[in-house]
Amino acid sequence: MKEQPSNALNLLANALTTGSIETVDLTHTLDPDFPVIVLPPEFGQCARFRVEEVSRYDERGPAWYWRNFSCSEHTGTHFDAPIHWISGKDLPDAAVDNIPAAAFVRPVCVLDCSKESLADEDFLLTPEFIQDWEREHGEIPAGSWVLMRTDWSKRTGAEYLNMREDGAHTPGPTGEAIRYLVEDRDITGFGTETVGTDAGQATHLSPPYPAHYLLHGSGKYGLQCLANLDSLPPTGAILVCPPLKIKNGSGSPLRVLALVERSSA
Amino acid sequence: MTDALKRPPKKDPQKRTTSPTLPPFARSRKAVAFTTAAAEGRFALQVCPECEHVTYPPRETCPKCWCMHLAWRDIPDGGKLIAETTLRTSVNTYFRERMPWRIGTVQLDAGPTVLAHIHGDVGEFERVRMIARTDKSGQGVMLALPEKETENMADDRQLRTLTCSPKFRRALVTDGRTELGQRMAKALADAGATRIFVGVAEEWRPFQGSEELAAIPGVEIMPLDITDTISVNELAAEMGDKADILVNTAEYVRPGSPMQRHGVTLARDEMETNYFGLMRLIQAFGPGMKARGADGDNSACAWVNLLSVYALCNWPVYGTTSASQAAALSLSQGLRGDFAGSGVKVVNVLFGPLEESWRQPLPPPKVTPQRLADTVIHALTEGIENVTLGPVAEDVVRRYKEDPFVLERELTQLQPGM
Repeated sequence: MKEQPSNALNLLANALTTGSIETVDLTHTLDPDFPVIVLPPEFGQCARFRVEEVSRYDERGPAWYWRNFSCSEHTGTHFDAPIHWISGKDLPDAAVDNIPAAAFVRPVCVLDCSKESLADEDFLLTPEFIQDWEREHGEIPAGSWVLMRTDWSKRTGAEYLNMREDGAHTPGPTGEAIRYLVEDRDITGFGTETVGTDAGQATHLSPPYPAHYLLHGSGKYGLQCLANLDSLPPTGAILVCPPLKIKNGSGSPLRVLALVERSSA
Repeated sequence: MTDALKRPPKKDPQKRTTSPTLPPFARSRKAVAFTTAAAEGRFALQVCPECEHVTYPPRETCPKCWCMHLAWRDIPDGGKLIAETTLRTSVNTYFRERMPWRIGTVQLDAGPTVLAHIHGDVGEFERVRMIARTDKSGQGVMLALPEKETENMADDRQLRTLTCSPKFRRALVTDGRTELGQRMAKALADAGATRIFVGVAEEWRPFQGSEELAAIPGVEIMPLDITDTISVNELAAEMGDKADILVNTAEYVRPGSPMQRHGVTLARDEMETNYFGLMRLIQAFGPGMKARGADGDNSACAWVNLLSVYALCNWPVYGTTSASQAAALSLSQGLRGDFAGSGVKVVNVLFGPLEESWRQPLPPPKVTPQRLADTVIHALTEGIENVTLGPVAEDVVRRYKEDPFVLERELTQLQPGM
């Protein structure tokens, strides 16, 4: 006997086909010249995205075009697993291949910090900012992804890393904000438009790199180098972000999508 | 005096580019040593260890005492032009295309009488200074220069077939992010290059000296990352065939021997820049340059590789970098084969420790980026292919020539604890 799909999935399928639920791409193109995080030179560095042709309808393969690509687990729009950071190294199910798949499809809240980030490139997201947001849009539901919109993805070239002699200058969260999201709201993960989940000057915060340290220490996930966050509503969208299933992977480049309901005009 | 070289006119797009033709190529195995010395800018002939007789042309035995062990040695370069003529016809295509052509007989102070190409400012029966250089065939030849400097001497037509002067030529410097690349660009501008394309990788990262670099006359900053095949190919496509001189200033240097290293990530980065980077440049820019080896006064003429002298022998303090440099040196030797017959010279500069941040803990003597840039210009204007720069490099090369296995022992086993 044919099984009837649930009503919710039926509705979703219908909405996707008719376009009343739109699929928004939150991903930058994997491009060799897209910025990656830059560490002090004596540390190991993040590999850039690279491609080499295997064949292109030529003597190496007359009818087909294919290439080898290489990159870091943290190149381009990418996912951070808890084992990426020392604070999460001993947690169970903390690598990209064994994170429960449910975490990759979740509701998403978008905190609009674009005005603040325009005024202050070192803008830090605080618990107070989040609480103000919650007064307007409601409490962040447990299990949500929380994305910090800064419109940083619209920057290009040197403006993106915004690197100066004293380091990068880009917005990010305070440790207190991450604690609030993790401890009081039990989120699934936190994502940004900048090159990392932490602010450019986060090495000087306490603890250093609080988003990495606290999120991953609590088994939460990170997303960075996101784009198009300005086309998401504050609440109500669904985030789809499955990383590649790399054995014991610390992260992965990925395609990040959002399902957004468009109010009928 | 020589007529000053005029800026070459813009290319007539309706005219076919002249294909490179070659002066006589054949030499005996004995004579290759003359070419080797000429490639280093040395004037060397066979000298008998028994009777000190200087021999020319190259022979198996001393014509005076029959000694079988003739040795190649640098000899005094003075002489006198005793006879000269100007060729106005030839069955050789290369010379036919370049008529008239002066040749003459020079009585060397060292003894032998030799047949040589003659600079236009040398008069009959005058004193001359001899140089040995590689010609368009890559073979060693002699040219008699005026004993004293004359006006526009470097612009002599026959001399210019042996040199790679940057004057009125266009150059590509592959990495302008470093002091070396910036000094190289400036030195090329000062040497008369009309355009200097300077590759800059990852413009999303600021770098020191960027404004000064952009302000050098003739400099055009181009996006180029030699670790990225797409980037290299895109620049080659954009520039077309406008690189007459290519100077590869990109290098990736890190201290550490294989056992001191943790994993192969850094070693891969070294190979990506030092070896695969060179290979990408060869594939993208090589064929265009090869086709333009006879393209008038601003023909493609030189490919310059800057290599650590530890390319010759591994120095464990920079062990894996040495290995990648050895790979690059091997590739540059192969490049000589690829360019053979094109008239484009492969210039290899082997330098000792460079004054830059990754070699900061090393003691002096070091080579400054300025000195390296000046040395490249000197090699180009003189037409020299193999250069050794700095006391450390000179010492390593001298010992390498004596016995590479002894050098290997010295470099790898006489420095405990380093």
